[in-house]
Amino acid sequence: MARMTESNSSDEQPPSMELDAETEVPTEAAVAANGAQLALAEEQIVDIGETVGNVRCEDPYVVAENVNVFYGDNHAIKDVTLEISKKEVIALIGPSGCGKSTFLRCLNRMNDSIETARVSGDISLGGQDIYSKEFDPVALRARVGMVFQKPNPFPKSIYDNVAYGPRIHGLANDRAELDEIVHNSLERAGLLKEVKDRMDEPGTGLSGGQQQRLCIARTIAVNPEVILMDEPCSALDPIATARIEDLMDELSEDYAIVIVTHSMQQAARVSGRVAYFHLGLLVEVDETDKIFTNPQHKLTEDYITGRIG
Amino acid sequence: MSVAAFYVGRSRSIALVGGPKHGTELHSLPGYYGYFTAIWCLLPALAVLLAWVLLEPRVVVAMVIQGLPAEQQALSPGELDLLINNIQNLAAGDAVSGTVDAVLSDAAQRFLALTALSRRILAILTLGLGGLGAAIAWRRIRPDLRARNRVEQIVLLMLIAASSIAIFTTVGIVLSVLFEAIRFFQQVPVTEFLFGLNWSPQTAIRADQVGSSGSFGAVPLFTGTLLITAIAMFVAVPVGLMTAIYLAEYSSHRVRSIAKPLLEVLAGIPTVVYGFFAALTVAPWVRRTGESLGLEVASESALAAGLVMGIMIIPLVSSLSDDAINAVPSAMRDGALGLGSTRSETMTRVILPAALPGIVGGVLLAVSRAIGETMIVVMAAGLAANLTANPFEAVTTVTVQIVTLLVGDQEFDSAKTLAAFALGLMLFVVTLILNVFGLSVVRKYREQYD
Ligand SMILES: Nc1ncnc2c1ncn2[C@@H]1O[C@H](COP(=O)(O)OP(=O)(O)OP(=O)(O)O)[C@@H](O)[C@H]1O
Ligand SMILES: [Mg+2]
Repeated sequence: MARMTESNSSDEQPPSMELDAETEVPTEAAVAANGAQLALAEEQIVDIGETVGNVRCEDPYVVAENVNVFYGDNHAIKDVTLEISKKEVIALIGPSGCGKSTFLRCLNRMNDSIETARVSGDISLGGQDIYSKEFDPVALRARVGMVFQKPNPFPKSIYDNVAYGPRIHGLANDRAELDEIVHNSLERAGLLKEVKDRMDEPGTGLSGGQQQRLCIARTIAVNPEVILMDEPCSALDPIATARIEDLMDELSEDYAIVIVTHSMQQAARVSGRVAYFHLGLLVEVDETDKIFTNPQHKLTEDYITGRIG
Repeated sequence: MSVAAFYVGRSRSIALVGGPKHGTELHSLPGYYGYFTAIWCLLPALAVLLAWVLLEPRVVVAMVIQGLPAEQQALSPGELDLLINNIQNLAAGDAVSGTVDAVLSDAAQRFLALTALSRRILAILTLGLGGLGAAIAWRRIRPDLRARNRVEQIVLLMLIAASSIAIFTTVGIVLSVLFEAIRFFQQVPVTEFLFGLNWSPQTAIRADQVGSSGSFGAVPLFTGTLLITAIAMFVAVPVGLMTAIYLAEYSSHRVRSIAKPLLEVLAGIPTVVYGFFAALTVAPWVRRTGESLGLEVASESALAAGLVMGIMIIPLVSSLSDDAINAVPSAMRDGALGLGSTRSETMTRVILPAALPGIVGGVLLAVSRAIGETMIVVMAAGLAANLTANPFEAVTTVTVQIVTLLVGDQEFDSAKTLAAFALGLMLFVVTLILNVFGLSVVRKYREQYD
């Protein structure tokens, strides 16, 4: 009896299951079609083999030549060559998982702390090979600062957050010098006015946008040559984003800035050049205007017009 | 039987709405009607069964006593107990003290008969109740019966009952300790207990005994506990913390996967084993080393016990610190590394300060564990209640004294026995405070990053 009811009750299910299948069919088809498209795209690139546009620039400071990155067997960056000059803002764009963050982390060797990661090729900073044995990654990171996607102030006071870098690198000889560095950095990050009277309060108590500016202040306090920013505004509201974009504009007078962003508008607003990555390949690099008005590569065009992503 | 009830209930629910095709007209899935019936079948029967098993012996014994001759009914309760014991033994076929007379064997016979009868009634009753329950449930099944809600209510009640067992037990223990301690304080003033410097709990059992002063100053016990705990923490905190730092930040995946389980083995060793390790290996070693340095070392020393206890606590400290360190978001690590700090700078300047509250909480929990530890101290630290801060002398702790107070023969309501409860109460209060404090620190810290 029981079994009969069971089998019968399962007879009852099919209608709804059919419904499910029906709703699923289109998406599956879409996925397949998409996959085919992507495979097609990859073939195209393999055919082309070369990055279009201009990977070289005047007065190059950071030079990456034929960089490959593997995570275990996953070939995340494929033969990327790119030059970055001393005073420019370059934006890295591309669909999720295409290797923008990975490439960025190569530039200050943050990939070292990932056990499975393996980097080959040459990257040099001001003519020095940063992956050579003699080069100290710790010293490198003082010269190539990094701002992360999510604001990550230390659970210390605002003052100590900014003073952290100068302290560990011995940049200040006495308290007065340290004070000055902290004030200057906060000033340049556009945060001084807001936190002047609360330097001893914890940095984690600030708003998200303030925290991100605190992180920028922390980074410029060690006086780096290059600043890497991995989606620095993705956790912020438009107003805080605008402030940080203004800040990047000012900072670009003194630093080379490499910014990863998912926002085409942001790339257009802040950067002088744009590099478009796709599935680990650097597809196109050029002046920002040129990329957005007249892209050379079909994939770039598809991406900026919103057909991939 | 309740399994059968399950199927019956389910099929009825389906039948009621006119077959499985109309299953959606039921309020709940058919299975819930099944459970509903099964519960009705099972619960009342189980309740009766339980009550019966609890009450049966008393009722049977009372009936046996009723049947005894008047002269024996008039015996004092103690003797009557003895007699009943004899009867039960006789009935079970065991050895019996005293002679077996006709009255006794008669009573044993009746005892057996009554027990058998009771079993039979019980069987019939439970089966009947089960059937009745199932029948009632069966009648109550309607398409609009909210079977699912009912079943879930009952499940909820059972969960509540289960969790309250532990709580009530704790409350019961605390209350009984509290009442006994109050009785103790009626005999010995609280102030003497808390501030007295002399511990010598031998009270005279007979008035003419000598050498039994009966003083209950607990201070030497608490200083002894404190001394050993301090030594233990002196060992466990640095070692445990460094272990945690290494495992969390420096070790490769492979080392970690081997070392962590090994540490957990250390935590799993019974304390008795640590105890004789302390008494037979460490204590003589401490003594020999001490003597070669020209120090006077007792064969049972606070140092030996403290050292071994420290080793025992290492896994606790290291695993709690490990948790605290791992709970620091990796964004902190990246941020520090990205500013050009070395690994050790990252550790000492960013991660440890961020993890500190969690580590402190872990250490507090470890302290309360050390205070409550008994076995190692019994075996390695001795029983002498010395008031000393010298780690080479024998000391004793609160827990050890509780043990020694309660082993051996003594009257249950003597001051000596009751002192154990007072000590237990003190110990309980101290560890409770430490635990609450430690746990709240740990919890507060966890919330900080969520
Ligand atoms: N730590 C890691 N270990 C293993 N594989 C990784 C790791 N980080 C990234 N990858 C892989 O490398 C590839 C590139 O990842 P990456 O994070 O650089 O992408 P991305 O362009 O930054 O994407 P998003 O825009 O989503 O941030 C992905 O396939 C990813 O799965
Ligand atoms: Mg990324």
